[in-house]
Formats: sequence, C-alpha cells, structure tokens
Amino acid sequence: MPKMNLSHFEAAFLFSLFTSVVLGVVTKHTDRDRLHYGVYTFLCFFVALFGLGWIMYLGHG
Amino acid sequence: MATEKEKKPSLPPIGEWAPALALGWLVPGGGHLLLRRTGRGLLLMAAIVLMYVCGLMMRGALFQPQSGDLLTVLINTGGFVGDLASGILYLLTVWLGYNQPDVAGAVHDYGTKFLVTAGLLNILAMVDAFEIAARRKE
Repeated sequence: MPKMNLSHFEAAFLFSLFTSVVLGVVTKHTDRDRLHYGVYTFLCFFVALFGLGWIMYLGHG
Repeated sequence: MATEKEKKPSLPPIGEWAPALALGWLVPGGGHLLLRRTGRGLLLMAAIVLMYVCGLMMRGALFQPQSGDLLTVLINTGGFVGDLASGILYLLTVWLGYNQPDVAGAVHDYGTKFLVTAGLLNILAMVDAFEIAARRKE
C-alpha cells in the first residue's frame, strides 16, 4: 500500500470531511436537515482548526 | 400520570434489529443497506472505509490492550475497542499482517487517530441502524 504524506492542514481537512459526512447522516431525520448539519459540523471543524492554529501561532510568539 | 417506564418505547424482538446491528459492525454502512437505506448506507461506507484506508496509508498504529497504570490501560483498551469497531476492515488488516509500530511523527499520529475514529464513527452508524430497525427513526 502506498504511503501517504499529508500536511497538518490536509490531514485535518480529510478528518473533518469524513467525520462531518457520518455525523450528518446519522443525526437528523430528513435529508435536508442531514445536509445542513453535515455542512454545519464541517464549518465548525474549520473554525476550530483555524482558531486553534492562530492561537498556537500567536502563543509561540 | 405516566411512569418513566411507560414513556420509553418498547424494544422490538432481537431478530428485528440484531442482523442490522451485526452487519453494521462487520461492514460499515451494511446495516443501512440491509434496511434499504441505500444512499445513507453508501455514504457511511464511503466515509468510514476511506478514513480507515487513509489511516493505513499514513501508517497509523493499531492499539493492543495493555496492562499497567490506569492511563495506559484506558488509552490502549479504548483504542483497541475503537480499532475493533471497524469490523471487517480491522480483521482484514490484522489477518493480512499489518504491523506498524507506534513511531514518532505527525503523519503516523494522524494515521492512528484516523484508524480509531473510523471505528468510532462506525459505532455511530451501528446505533443509527439499530434505531431504524427498532422503528425509532425513519
């Protein structure tokens, strides 16, 4: 199996994508709500990713 | 006044939900496919299988239960349960001899987390399949 070398951002992007798909599918009762919740969780992951990234960047001076 | 027990929906016979639950564990998304929720089943299967394969390609480590202090036991047993929850993906990986030691490095570490998270997401999919089979959800 080929080896995959990803940056932090790429790995976090894939993690957010896969997790959001599953959370969207399993949590709501209609397809419309599932799509909205999947997009919402994906955006939440990204806000956290950039937010924590900036905090770590500023914290290191 | 209704008691707490009366409010809870009764559990259908085990024969109605156990096959979906078991297939959902063995094949990610399989429980939904069995219950004819094809679109959702395929989405779950794609997301969980791709996450697991990415974890393998990043050379993530698989957990084994270990004895020792409480934290070691919790981390390794919890990780093992997470890995095992991927069903056939985990079994195939072990049967085919995948044996990646836990080495330092961000990519390996992400890989390990991808492998465990794929199993944890499959547990969510199994719970959803159970709720559909038990007619608590469409």
